[in-house]
Formats: sequence, structure tokens, C-alpha cells
Amino acid sequence: MSTLSAGHEDHHEHGPAKGLLRWVTTTNHKDIGTLYLLFALVMFFIGGAMAMVIRAELFQPGLQLVDPNFFNTMTTVHALVMIFGAVMPAFTGLANWLIPMMIGAPDMALPRMNNFSFWILPFAFTLLLSTFFMEGGGPSAGWTIYPPLSLQMGEGFPFMIFALHLAGVSSILGSINIIVTILNMRAPGMLLMKMPMFVWTWFITAYLLIATMPVLAGGLTMLLTDKFAGTSFFDAAGGGDPVMYQHIFWFFGHPEVYILILPAFGIISAILPTFARKPLFGYSAMVYATASIAFLSFIVWAHHMFTVGMPVVGELFFMYATMMIAVPTGVKVFNWVSTMWRGAMTFEAPMLFAVGFVIMFTIGGFSGLMLAIAPADFQYHDTYFVVAHFHYVLVTGAVYSIMAAAYYWLPKWTGNMYDEKLAQIHFWISTVSVNVLFFPQHFLGLAGMPRRIPDYSVQFTDWNMISSLGGFVFGVSQLLFVYVVFKCIRGGEKATDRVWEGAHGLEWTLSSPPPYHSFTTAPEVR
Amino acid sequence: MAGASEQYYVPHSSFWPIVASISLTIGLVGAAGWFNGNASGQTVLLVGLGLVTVIILGWFATVVNESVKGAYNAQVNRSFRQGMMWFIFSEVMFFGAFFGALFYSRVLVLPWLLGGDFSTHEYLWKGYGESWPTNGPGDLGGDFRSMGAWGIPALNTFLLLTSGTTITLAHWALKENDRLKTVLWMMATIALGLLFLAFQVYEYIHAYSELNLTLGSGIYGSTFFLLTGFHGMHVTLGTVMLIVITARVISGHFTPDNHFAFEGVAWYWHFVDVIWLVLFIFVYVL
Repeated sequence: MSTLSAGHEDHHEHGPAKGLLRWVTTTNHKDIGTLYLLFALVMFFIGGAMAMVIRAELFQPGLQLVDPNFFNTMTTVHALVMIFGAVMPAFTGLANWLIPMMIGAPDMALPRMNNFSFWILPFAFTLLLSTFFMEGGGPSAGWTIYPPLSLQMGEGFPFMIFALHLAGVSSILGSINIIVTILNMRAPGMLLMKMPMFVWTWFITAYLLIATMPVLAGGLTMLLTDKFAGTSFFDAAGGGDPVMYQHIFWFFGHPEVYILILPAFGIISAILPTFARKPLFGYSAMVYATASIAFLSFIVWAHHMFTVGMPVVGELFFMYATMMIAVPTGVKVFNWVSTMWRGAMTFEAPMLFAVGFVIMFTIGGFSGLMLAIAPADFQYHDTYFVVAHFHYVLVTGAVYSIMAAAYYWLPKWTGNMYDEKLAQIHFWISTVSVNVLFFPQHFLGLAGMPRRIPDYSVQFTDWNMISSLGGFVFGVSQLLFVYVVFKCIRGGEKATDRVWEGAHGLEWTLSSPPPYHSFTTAPEVR
Repeated sequence: MAGASEQYYVPHSSFWPIVASISLTIGLVGAAGWFNGNASGQTVLLVGLGLVTVIILGWFATVVNESVKGAYNAQVNRSFRQGMMWFIFSEVMFFGAFFGALFYSRVLVLPWLLGGDFSTHEYLWKGYGESWPTNGPGDLGGDFRSMGAWGIPALNTFLLLTSGTTITLAHWALKENDRLKTVLWMMATIALGLLFLAFQVYEYIHAYSELNLTLGSGIYGSTFFLLTGFHGMHVTLGTVMLIVITARVISGHFTPDNHFAFEGVAWYWHFVDVIWLVLFIFVYVL
């Protein structure tokens, strides 16, 4: 590779390379951020299509459209695609675009590795989705891949495991890059406690990823050797225990939940002050709350396993530890409300999504508290109540924050304003339909409808029909989002450098769109 | 040093990552096919591994080349250091999963299988009364003997700890700009690493042929082989890294105050060393 000499001869050419190869070989944080975001968008629709199949099947009781195993494949792969393919890459894309601009750096710290982190992903998901066409079909044991059920999968099994290994490698490398960028690339004066909340939350998220992804990789490897090499980690006949898998998985899985929401907290903490035209209330409390949530996330994992037959001491420990998370999360919610208190608020699309986030994420947080109560969880466990809970925190939480972020920073990225009217229509259709979609699922769950079952008892019909109708509207309305985004990329009213009158931070001091290399000389931070 | 080192070095574009992704995928498709019993799986796996090796060599050659030309300033150097440290942390967590499995099996699962507070034992595994090391109530893999600690494993502990000393001596020699001494201590470290690996291979043959201790020997066999196996793979990788670094010392790539690659490998070697110590205590001795 002669990149070095080429770079020197051209006096550090500043523009991107021409043609499609630019996107394949790029080392630029903005190009890679764009790739991540577009990849996430594609996966969002692939995962969304699977959700549509699920809701269509559940529209009526009885088996209508797909056979039960395929239904289970849909729920499993919907989750894997949305978590590892849509939400996580979208956040990584935002991190790539924004962190160097927010801390005053020219690029990410390890640019070639950055490209590698992204380009692993399309191959990982090709492997995962290719299992649909193999003997035995795609994975259908749920996204948690519990043995012994998951070990009954057909030829696709090793492909699924390797797909997740690859996704894990991508996340670990991406996270190392983000942490190193934050620790080593800040402009002079950009002290840790001056960093924007988005940078802080990603810093902690990246730590969680590096700490837990390898544990998942270990658990997946044990599954692989249990199936193919004769080990008996999860086989009681050999002195192992299937429940041990659940502990390993959820040691990863619970921090993963915060991996999916902490960057969202950062986004909301950036948007609310802009449109309330007030600084963020309690900045340092927000930082400490984020760190506390991250710490607690390592000691609550078994609340996903209350009904598995743990000793009572274990149930109690994990119950109380879980409830403690409500404290730092409460700090966050109250600080957001206080940020808006007596602010001069306007409600452009990013603010609508942000306020929607605060309200609906909190609903998901409260149902989480209900689930944390061990004796009550014996009733709720594996019902639609759980489905309603985590969709409130992940759809109206994580996904809403990503959409808020897209509207908020699109003018900065593209140099064009998006279509405000269409964006607001997108918000209102989404918000009405998403509540029609998920709120009734609370009732279904409390009434006892189990999750991951393609058929149900007739008394659940009405709420399922309503939920499905909401689902279809929500699904279709996301096409509007794509339209607004691409319309904005193609053109529109020119954006100013600051874009939003209340916006603060280094990224708004750059031109819209920003130069190819963000800060070639470090800015001064006061 | 070139003037370019005033600025943070951002490489312009690179084919290595995409080719690496493709090769990695080829290797994994081959491995998956092999697991599924496809005739061509092993070949595809080997092709993938071969490609990955070539690409790692090429990619690292690019980096070494840039480093030698002086493209990296102190800040880039810091990025590499921090990146390496976080990478080692992720490796620690990977081993953590397997140690976790070992502790969970020994401390919790075994008492439960033996009865403990539960009556399930009466119905499911009546008559099972083994203590660790066990291959479970199903006696999977048949009778076996566990690996003793005070023969080869103790010797191996001695070898690895000594290699930790020799690589430190090499580092001190490098700091004094004494190339010959550095190379000699590195050679000693490599020799100790290779000797460790040879003993490990001998131990595996011994386990399979004389102790009837296999991957299939229940939870003891599972934890024993996966922990020592993954450790062995890391020692192998570490030894290759030591060889590369020694070659670079011979080529005069390092100065007394600028030798990140050397330090990165040394950290990695110490990490492998520490994992072995924990492994020796919990897998062999206790």
C-alpha cells in the first residue's frame, strides 16, 4: 500500500476519493459514520419486515400465514437484526460522525480499524440471514439462544454463531476506537467534565461493550463446542448446567440493554437544552448517573431469570439491585424535565422526538420496575407485558432518540434543512401508531398471553387486532422517514453553521456540511 | 522524522480492512461447513485462514512501514498504546467467561447435582456422588483421570514465569540501546515460549492416550481443554508476535524511547503469563 507516499505527494489532499471505492476503502470518520447509518437503516427495514410478519400472524387467533417454526424464526431474527444490525450500528454511526466534531479532533484515533469495524458487519449479517435458506431454517430459539433448544437448530447453527462472533468483533474494535479517540484526541481545554453528554455516554457505552462482548463470545463458543466437539458446559449429564448459559448470556445481555440506551440518553441531553434554550440541568449529576447505571448493569443480570429456579437469596439480591437502577435513571429523567422547566421551548421535529422519548421511555422504565419485583415477575415472566416493556424502551426509547438525532444533525451533515412539515407528520403518525401498537400489549401480558407463540386463546383477539393495526401503520410511516432523509440529502433550504439558534458545542462551529477532515488544527475550548 | 508528524496521521484509504473482512468470512463459512460435515469445509477454512494470515502480514507491514518512515507522532503512539491496553482488557473478559463457567460448575452446579437442598437429586441422579473432578452423573466419556499439577504443568509455570523475566531483561537492554543483548534475551523468551507449547502438546497427547481425558469428559474435560486450549492459542500467537518483534529489533526499527510495538507485545506476553497463573491455580492445583 502506498497510501503514505501518495498522501505526502498530494500535500494531504482533503477531498474524498472518487467513485464507489471511496466507500469501501475510506478511513474518514464521516464516510464511515454514513455507512453505519445507512446500514442501520437497511437493517431497520429488514427487521421491520419481520415484525410485520409477526403482527400479521397475530392479527387473528389460529395459524394463518406462517408455520410456527418460521414464526419463531421471525421473532428471533427480528430481535437479532434490530439489536445488532440496526440500533447498535446506528449509534456507532452517530458516534463516528459526531465524536471527532464534538471534541475537536481531525478524525477517529484509529481510522483503518474504523473501516474494518464497519465492513465486518455486512458480512456478519449476510451469514445470519443466509441461514434462512439452509436445512432446518434460520435460528428460532429466541435471540437469547438458550440451550438445549438452540442446539436443535439445523445447518444454520454454526453460521448464526459465527455471525454473532463477527458482530462482536466489530463492536469491540469500534468501541476501542471510540474510547481511544475520547481519551487521546480531545482538543486542548476539552476537559473530561466539559465533554458533551453524548461523548460521555458513548465513552461509558464503549466500556460496557469491551467488557461484555467477549463474555458473549465465550458463551457462544461454549454452545458451539457443546454441539460439535462433545463438551458438556450446558448438559447436566456431564456435570454442566443449561442455566449456566443463561447466567453467561445475561452477564452480557443486561449491560447490552444499557449499551442500547446510554447513547440515547446522550442524544436527548444534547437536544433538550437546544430547544429549551437553557443549559442542561445538572450536567455532572448526569455524568455520575450514567456511570452508576453502567456499574449497576453488571450486577442485575439474573432479573431476566427470576423463574429459572434460583436460590431465594439470589432472587432478593437481584431484585433490590435492579430497583436501585431506578435512582440514577430517575436523576436523568428529572434533570431532563428540569432542563425544560421554564425554558423558551419550540417544538421542531428533533424536540418532538426528544420529548416523546422522555415520556414514553419513562413508561417503559416504570413497567421495568414492575418486572423487577421478583414475586410479581412470576406472573409477568415471558408474557406480552415483557414485550410491551422492552419495546417502550427500545422503540420509543432508543429508536426515537436515533430519529431525533437524525433530524437534529442532518442539516449539519448535509448542509440542507430537512422538510420540517413532513418530519412533524412523521412524528405524530409514529407516536400515535406506536402507542396503539405497544400499549395494548401490556393488557395482553397482564391477562396472561405468552410471548413467542404464533397462536393464542380467543379472549386475546381484540387487543391483538388493535396492536397489529398500530404495527402496520407504524411500519408504513417509517417510509416517510426515509423519504424525508433522502430529500434532505438531495437538497433543500441551506442550513446555517449553527443550524439551531440554541445549539451549543464544537460541531456547530464547523461549516454545514463540515469539511472532510473535521478539525485539522485543534480549536480552542474555553 | 518527516514534517508530517506535526499532525495526527490519518491514512487516506486502505484496501486491507475490506479484504480482511472477506477473508475472515471465507474462513468462518469454511469452519461452519466443516462443523456441518461438508466435505469442502476444511479446505475453505484453510483458504480463509491462509488469506487472513497474508492480510495480517500485509496490513502490519503497512503500519511498520509508516512507523519507520516517521509518520506517527507521540499522539498516534498514545492511541496505539491505549488501543492495545483495551484490547488486552477484552481478552481478559473473554477468559473471564470460561473461568466463570469453571467456578459456577464447581461451586454451584456440583452441590446441586449431589442433592444439596433439593430433592430432584433423588429422582434424576440417584446414586451420583462424585466430587470434583467429575464428568457428571451421566459419566460422559467414561472413566478418566484428571491432570496432575506438579509434573509438567508446574514446569510450564516455571517456564512462562521465567519468560516474563527474560522479556523484561530484553526490554531493559533495548532501553540501553544494546541490540545484541536485546536479541539474545528475546531469543531466550521465544525458546521458553516454544518449550511451553511443546510440553502442552505432550500433555494433551498424554491426556488423550493415557488418562482417557478428552473434550467429551464431562464438565471437567470441557473446562480443562477450553481454558488450556484458548490459553495455548494465545501463547502461540504471542510467540509469533515475539518472533516478529525480534526480527524488527534486528532490523533496528526501535529506538530506546520509541518502541511501542515491542511494548505492546511484552504487555500481551505478560497477560498470557498472568492468565496461566490463574489457570494453574484453579484448573490444575485446586
